[in-house]
Amino acid sequence: MALEYVGLTEINGPLVALAGVSGVFNEEMVEIQSGGKTRLGRVIALEGDKAIVQVFSGTSGLALDDVNTRFTGKAMELPLSTEIMGRIFNGAGQPIDGFGPVYAEESRNVNGSAINPVSRTYPRNYIRTGISSIDTLITLIRGQKLPIFSGSGMAHNKLAAQIVRQARINDVKSDGGEDFGIVFCAMGITYDVADYFRRTFEETGALNHVTMFLNLSNDPIIERILTPRCALTAAEYLAFEKGMHVLVVMTDMTSYAEALREFSSSRGEIPGRKGYPGYLYSDLASLYERAGVIKGRSGSVTQLPILTMPNDDITHPVPDLTGYITEGQIVLDRTLDQTGIYPPVSVLPSLSRLMKDGIGEGYTRADHADVANQLFSSYAKVNDARGLANVIGDEELSETDKLYLEFGKQFEQQFLNQSFTEERTIDQSLDLGWKLLSILPRTELDRMDEKLVEEHLGKATK
Amino acid sequence: MGENAKKAVMAEAPAAKNTIYSINGPVVTVRKTDAFAMMEMVYVGNAGLIAEVIAVTSTATTIQVYEDTSGLQVGEPVVGSGSPFSLTLGPGILQNIFDGIERPLPEMETASGAFIATGLHVASLNEERVWEVTVLAKVGDALQGGDVIATCPETPAILHKSMVPPGVAGTVVWAAANGQYNITQPIVKIKLPNGEEQEICLAHRWPIKMPRPVKQRQSISRPLVTGQRVVDSLFPIAKGGAAAIPGGFGAGKTMLQHQLAKWSDADIVVYVGCGERGNEMTQVLEEFKELIDPKSGRPMTDRTTLIANTSNMPVAAREASIYTGVTLAEYYRDMGYDVAMMADSTSRWAEALREISGRLEEMPAEEGFPAYLPSRLASFYERAGNTLNLNGTTGSVTIIGAVSPQGADFSEPVTQNTKRFVRCFLALDKALAYARHFPAINWNLSYSEYYEDLDPYYRQKVSEDFPELRGRMLALLNEESSLQEVVQLVGSDVLPDGQKLTLEIAKIVRTGFLQQNAYHADDTYVPLEKQRDMMEVILYLYDKAQGLVAMGVPVANIQATGLFEKLTKIKYDVPNNNLALFKTYYADIDAAVEKLGAQKHGH
Repeated sequence: MALEYVGLTEINGPLVALAGVSGVFNEEMVEIQSGGKTRLGRVIALEGDKAIVQVFSGTSGLALDDVNTRFTGKAMELPLSTEIMGRIFNGAGQPIDGFGPVYAEESRNVNGSAINPVSRTYPRNYIRTGISSIDTLITLIRGQKLPIFSGSGMAHNKLAAQIVRQARINDVKSDGGEDFGIVFCAMGITYDVADYFRRTFEETGALNHVTMFLNLSNDPIIERILTPRCALTAAEYLAFEKGMHVLVVMTDMTSYAEALREFSSSRGEIPGRKGYPGYLYSDLASLYERAGVIKGRSGSVTQLPILTMPNDDITHPVPDLTGYITEGQIVLDRTLDQTGIYPPVSVLPSLSRLMKDGIGEGYTRADHADVANQLFSSYAKVNDARGLANVIGDEELSETDKLYLEFGKQFEQQFLNQSFTEERTIDQSLDLGWKLLSILPRTELDRMDEKLVEEHLGKATK
Repeated sequence: MGENAKKAVMAEAPAAKNTIYSINGPVVTVRKTDAFAMMEMVYVGNAGLIAEVIAVTSTATTIQVYEDTSGLQVGEPVVGSGSPFSLTLGPGILQNIFDGIERPLPEMETASGAFIATGLHVASLNEERVWEVTVLAKVGDALQGGDVIATCPETPAILHKSMVPPGVAGTVVWAAANGQYNITQPIVKIKLPNGEEQEICLAHRWPIKMPRPVKQRQSISRPLVTGQRVVDSLFPIAKGGAAAIPGGFGAGKTMLQHQLAKWSDADIVVYVGCGERGNEMTQVLEEFKELIDPKSGRPMTDRTTLIANTSNMPVAAREASIYTGVTLAEYYRDMGYDVAMMADSTSRWAEALREISGRLEEMPAEEGFPAYLPSRLASFYERAGNTLNLNGTTGSVTIIGAVSPQGADFSEPVTQNTKRFVRCFLALDKALAYARHFPAINWNLSYSEYYEDLDPYYRQKVSEDFPELRGRMLALLNEESSLQEVVQLVGSDVLPDGQKLTLEIAKIVRTGFLQQNAYHADDTYVPLEKQRDMMEVILYLYDKAQGLVAMGVPVANIQATGLFEKLTKIKYDVPNNNLALFKTYYADIDAAVEKLGAQKHGH
């Protein structure tokens, strides 16, 4: 039915140009046939009768002639039904688990549309991860986008796996509830890492609730640009059509951004910082903003993107722009990692922007905000004391500073540190926080009401 | 699309006069160059996407499209509107939330559901809604642009004044009676100098990139009272001034903008969420409905209009959203109101400029930003001002722009160029934010040049000694930061007692005065009088304690009195409406000083 063209005019990196086309629309899907193989592509620019097509699986092996190009008349769409749960797809949304195509209830444009801010519900319900540092200090909220900023070699995958395994909503366990789904989106990670996640899901028995989109490190780069879009389209469908609470694990966003850079430079676009395209912010936002809760619908999309900071540099464009879009971040720290603390969460630069409205009376516990504030503020002073100790030695420190050193040590070893299988309740985490704060002199607890302190630590002994 | 459908489109295309020649992201070109004027608003494609002409060359007209261009085809029609991109200005702006090009989001929700569709055409303001109009113009009146023809209560808190569009003048030949009218019904008819008659309604249109004219700019004389101590007391923003709030992510820009929007003493607040998070706009919407404005006793939404271009909405509309915001602000200023405009964040706007500039293949300047970035920033911030309006009223537009520097590095082009055009710079500091010191305004990097202009106001309206107290506070903080450098090296124990005391007092200033709790009922907004009293009592303690230290009383003994903690908690312990309580603090200080002094002499 649709028009077919023979031959190409130009091939440049992942892009091909066709002249003499008509009736083609922007973002239209294209099928390119050559040597018995079909490649998918997308129209990214039009000029007169010339169309520029981005080929997802790359252009190697393509010649200018002996190629048939078919414009499908459709935008890039993903076939969807609840059947997608438990299935594995490649980065372009095609099944690769050998169970054949999805019997689609509907198809959706993978680019999605912006959620009208008027239609959103401000996220307020917390997700319990059972990890003290996250639950107490960087509380994850349903409908939030909370990335993990990590570096190569740190335990981000383990942490993400633990969050997925232990996540509970209203004390209902994630893998037990029918209405809880996981979408796993792999971008440029190794087979081993993808397999690690698959095994983790299998062990917890959650595999039937997991939809996987895999673009591994040796898969076509351009397809990587499509991968999170497919994954989020699936997540939106499950959340907003099927009423499920969907947790989307996206790893590794840095690889995604690099794919975008590669694509941008092949188009000859003017680069912004570090060669990344000027629209990196808008592009990342078009992914991250697809998290949320919509009025009148019972589901939610919560994103847990993982990114490795090149050279552990938080000011690198990818973590930097991500931090401006996402609602906080969980930052992992190499020094903590090396001292054997797991999860090595660096609490000071970590933040959950939505936690202030999702904690406290009626959500977690009344004293949550105060304890979190005090822990942050006290731990910030630990750093000052340590800096000073490095210069003048521990012995010369004032009594208060010595107590801060002790507090810092205990905080890291007892509060941050917990095993991969340990699940702590909010009460346990907060009580542990109080226990640690009791190391410090009363006068140092300046973020809390005297009454609250007395309630938890008893009368001050002067 | 089938072949037949394609043919149908192709057959149609030649009929339309101007058609799309190329499409590249949000940029579209038309080969005909004489069809459109620069900055003209045009409708692109069969869906009629809203767009603006941004370049006309000898070979092509370049157009930026404010909506998503996927699905657009070469050969689809482009239709001109004959006028630059304009807003509808009239009653119904307040309490509303618009996208970057003044389309009301609630109506868009009705039209397309929770996800925004492209090619939606909804009226900016509700044309059916009738207003209770009092007509002021009478037959025979000679009217100028800006003159008020009618008023109507737009919200219980704000009286809307409909004006003759600037540039139009004439004599009234007909005026409607008081009564109920919608925004499209004529209120008066005037005879123009050329003899033609023109109808004027409650609403008129105005191009977003053209500043609305005023009679005269006036000098700065009043502060925008925000109730935030570090801002009002140390780095004040002036009504009619421009301020920038730069800060890395997580430093609290948005939080501070929200606080300023909630508590500043402006009559009208225009809040522009430019390329920011969707959830944040939802939060503003939900919160402002519940918050009560202390001045009017009405919900905050009564005096607020929101413009939301979230980061995943089209980039060209993001560029427009800032202009949309400032044009709305100027419109209310012309009615004689003090308007505060919050732009969060101007960096996203600059990035939108960069993105479009890149699509146009313009030669980039610093970090890929176009060379015209400084001039665009300047012309935006210059739209702030304290003005004598065409109709003789006075009003002001205050612009408070957040800046999101890449990597929290203030040397990047947007921050640096913004610094040249604003006179109040509230630098947010990551280290303070990490220690949960909010608002995380760094007192060493921030400045406000408005202070001198506002000096008379503070002396007359608050207290004659306010400037002096402020000066001493800043000096104390300054002294502390140089002492801290020493402490970092050798620890505080080796410092002489006088300097230890300075550190202790500075700590009270930092935690008790500069830090402010946005979630505490009293502390979220603090009147100027209480700010002054807090400064005075802290400095009083400083003076008295210095006296004791000079007598040889160790700082540790003064600390043991508990006065330091007591003063740190004044912000919670003294309610805003009971400043008389401050007396007890002076009494406590005097008593403690006397006791310590006596002990010393006793030895």
